[in-house]
Amino acid sequence: MSGITREAMLEMFIYETVQLLEKLEEITIRSEQTKAYSPEELNELFRVMHTIKGSAAMMEYQQISRLAHSLEDLFHFIREEKPVEIDFSALTDLILKGKDFIKRQLTGFEAGTDHEEDSEVLVAEIRSFLEDLKNPKTLPEETGDPAPESDAPEQEESLGIWGENRRYKVVVFFDEDCQMEEVRAYALLHQIKDLVSDISYLPWDITDGSNAREIIQKEGFTIFFRTENPEAVHQRLLATSFLKSLSFEAVDKQESNPEVLPEEEPVKTGPAVQEADKVEQQKDEQHRDDHSVAAGKPRQQSFISVSITKLDELLNLVGEMVIAEAMVVQNPDLKDLRLDNFEKSARQLNKITSEIQDIVMSIRMVPLSATFHQLNRIVRDMSRKLNKEIQLEIIGEETEVDKNVIEHISDPLIHLIRNAIDHGIETPAERAAAGKQACGKITLEAKNAGGDVLIIIKDDGRGLDRDTILKKAKERGLIPQNNKELSDQEIFNLILLPGFSTKDKVSEYSGRGVGMDVVKKNIERIGGSVTVVSKPGQGTMFVLKIPLTLAIIDGINIKVGKTCFTIPTIGIRSIFMPPEHDITIDPDGNELIMLRGECHPILRLHQFYKVQTEKTDFSAGIFIMVEQDGKTACLFADELLGQQQVVIKSLPNYVRQLKQLRGIAGCTLLGDGSISLVLDLSGLLDAFIAS
Amino acid sequence: MADLITQDLFNGEEDTQKDKYLTFTMGNEEYGIDIKYVREIVGLQEITEVPELPPYVKGIINLRGNIIPVIDVRLRFKKPAIEYNDRTCTIVIDVQGIAVGLIVDAVAEVLTIPEQDVVTPPQLGNSQSHFIKGIGKVGDRVKLLLNCEKLLNDQELDEISKSLLEVE
Repeated sequence: MSGITREAMLEMFIYETVQLLEKLEEITIRSEQTKAYSPEELNELFRVMHTIKGSAAMMEYQQISRLAHSLEDLFHFIREEKPVEIDFSALTDLILKGKDFIKRQLTGFEAGTDHEEDSEVLVAEIRSFLEDLKNPKTLPEETGDPAPESDAPEQEESLGIWGENRRYKVVVFFDEDCQMEEVRAYALLHQIKDLVSDISYLPWDITDGSNAREIIQKEGFTIFFRTENPEAVHQRLLATSFLKSLSFEAVDKQESNPEVLPEEEPVKTGPAVQEADKVEQQKDEQHRDDHSVAAGKPRQQSFISVSITKLDELLNLVGEMVIAEAMVVQNPDLKDLRLDNFEKSARQLNKITSEIQDIVMSIRMVPLSATFHQLNRIVRDMSRKLNKEIQLEIIGEETEVDKNVIEHISDPLIHLIRNAIDHGIETPAERAAAGKQACGKITLEAKNAGGDVLIIIKDDGRGLDRDTILKKAKERGLIPQNNKELSDQEIFNLILLPGFSTKDKVSEYSGRGVGMDVVKKNIERIGGSVTVVSKPGQGTMFVLKIPLTLAIIDGINIKVGKTCFTIPTIGIRSIFMPPEHDITIDPDGNELIMLRGECHPILRLHQFYKVQTEKTDFSAGIFIMVEQDGKTACLFADELLGQQQVVIKSLPNYVRQLKQLRGIAGCTLLGDGSISLVLDLSGLLDAFIAS
Repeated sequence: MADLITQDLFNGEEDTQKDKYLTFTMGNEEYGIDIKYVREIVGLQEITEVPELPPYVKGIINLRGNIIPVIDVRLRFKKPAIEYNDRTCTIVIDVQGIAVGLIVDAVAEVLTIPEQDVVTPPQLGNSQSHFIKGIGKVGDRVKLLLNCEKLLNDQELDEISKSLLEVE
């Protein structure tokens, strides 16, 4: 419990708690819709709160712990009593408020503050909600209290009669499978040390004794101390995580156990003055509940969390290994040798390395479900505020994408959903007038499509207004002067341009002018694209096309002079040998090529990058036609080397500091250990058109 | 305890690196480079050219999976380029976390030049001398001690952009 480990513990605490909170939110919102909690869900909620309570107490965050505690009581009551009439939306509000409170604290801790807000108001709110739940009917005495701790008056009474500054004996048992009992015992001492004096404990060698753990497991952890505030001590002890049972009793001054107190003056063993019977019994009961929940979720144990930097390193190393393997197997020294055994082993090695590569890639893949479910909350909150009825349907949440990609799409998704709720879906009255169901529907769908993942956000709202968009775009000068008739598609795409926002009014949720262009930019940054489809009165659909992974791409390697370039396969439309004719030069000296009736500019890579090469004549080289964001060009290169999957590495910092390279996304290592430059097609085409 | 030992070792290493210079030759001159910057010395590697960089940045090399830019020190000092031969070496230096390879004519030896034998170079206005942080006397010869930060730092960035502007 020293300062050294605290940081690591805090990190772990925050990580775990965030995960639990996400689960909490997911269940809560689902339950609000179905208007019922299944026993499993209640158990899960209870477990979540119990765990947060315990770990927060361990980290000495009393406010979080108290809040979690009151919510735990609430869930306990609902689970045990199964009250029929629950105001689900109020309950959900309450739970979400609690979640937000804890989340806010965690964000604070992450930022380095160690201060908690006071959770008093919220706790009171939860308590009064619980009271309201209890009141409608009279409860049988023995099941009346969901958790012993909540019943403060009774406790005060029972502990109060023990008197001032007396000596107490506490025996604590931890859960069988909680591990590290001696450490927990030590933490426990730490918890109460500011409240008690004259403390001694058994086993006494918890800090370095090897058999202390066994003793604690078998006989419990026994603490003797003096205190003026037994109730507070009791409360803290109860908040200990993985507590199985606890007995709290006062002992007379003379009555203590001599053999258990090696450092104490010998005192006589005496009977316990008072047993905190009820407390223990109820605690046990609660524990059994916990246990049955835990037994139902054994999979918890089979996951570990690993830092993403380690995975990145692993991915890099595996990339290296694949290259190194190629370098060994295709070593020029081995050329023309008959090596039957070697080749056999090499094949084996190859099989293993490619399997490792697959596994490492799959480790980094994360399902979209967490990202999707956080949107549930937004839909719920916003639709209530705006008085709209909206149902969010999620399809294909199990679709997996690379961890890096997830981080980049979360904000755009939130933005799109907000837009759909604010601008897309009409109010119930408007919907009724249009002959639609009062409840609007937003569909969020993810699916695999080749090397990409498509994320579709569809609403059945009013759709985009073609004329308003056109008018606004003209006002803001977003349409070029020589505008011909624009197709609907082109008009809808205008909303993705910077500085375009159709909503005149600024609402809390959208219409602040930073709009769709940010979405577009974010998605394009990770090599994806955004398309808009809309039908008036029927709704709008946004399709985000995002790559599965950022780190590995399929590429075609080409050579220009001595330099090797890699073009992402996804951007290549066709590769062809130079045609005899069909190449023309316009008055500005630009070379153009006619291809299936369309005219495309020619980009001579050797000229563009000023690379020395002998193949400047079109007939000597090869054309690669590329397309990105609707722009096309035919790249002229010396020769084609082949296709391979490449791991993109960024260029060295020094080079990036020197100059912003046009159209180069990074570099990659080829099978022979040489370096190839990976082209960034959108940057390349932009620079080419600008030049 | 273990920490203390490492600390000692670390300090010890620092001490042994003090006043030590790796010397190399370029033409008739001998240069020295603070040993603490030197990560390793490798033979000439296959260099991949990177377009649009100043001519003295020859390109990038693959050093066991790390991509490192290489600078031809001759060109950096505006000396005439020579054909690379089997004595040509790449000294990989690490300055504030940025690894760069320096291509030099030949690597000589590691020398100790005590502080009292190092004099500050004369200020000659426009010369390349700001790359030299001192002149070390060894016997009857002098070694030009390189200022690695200056060799890579932003001051030259201005220069590059200036020269680019001139080209344009």
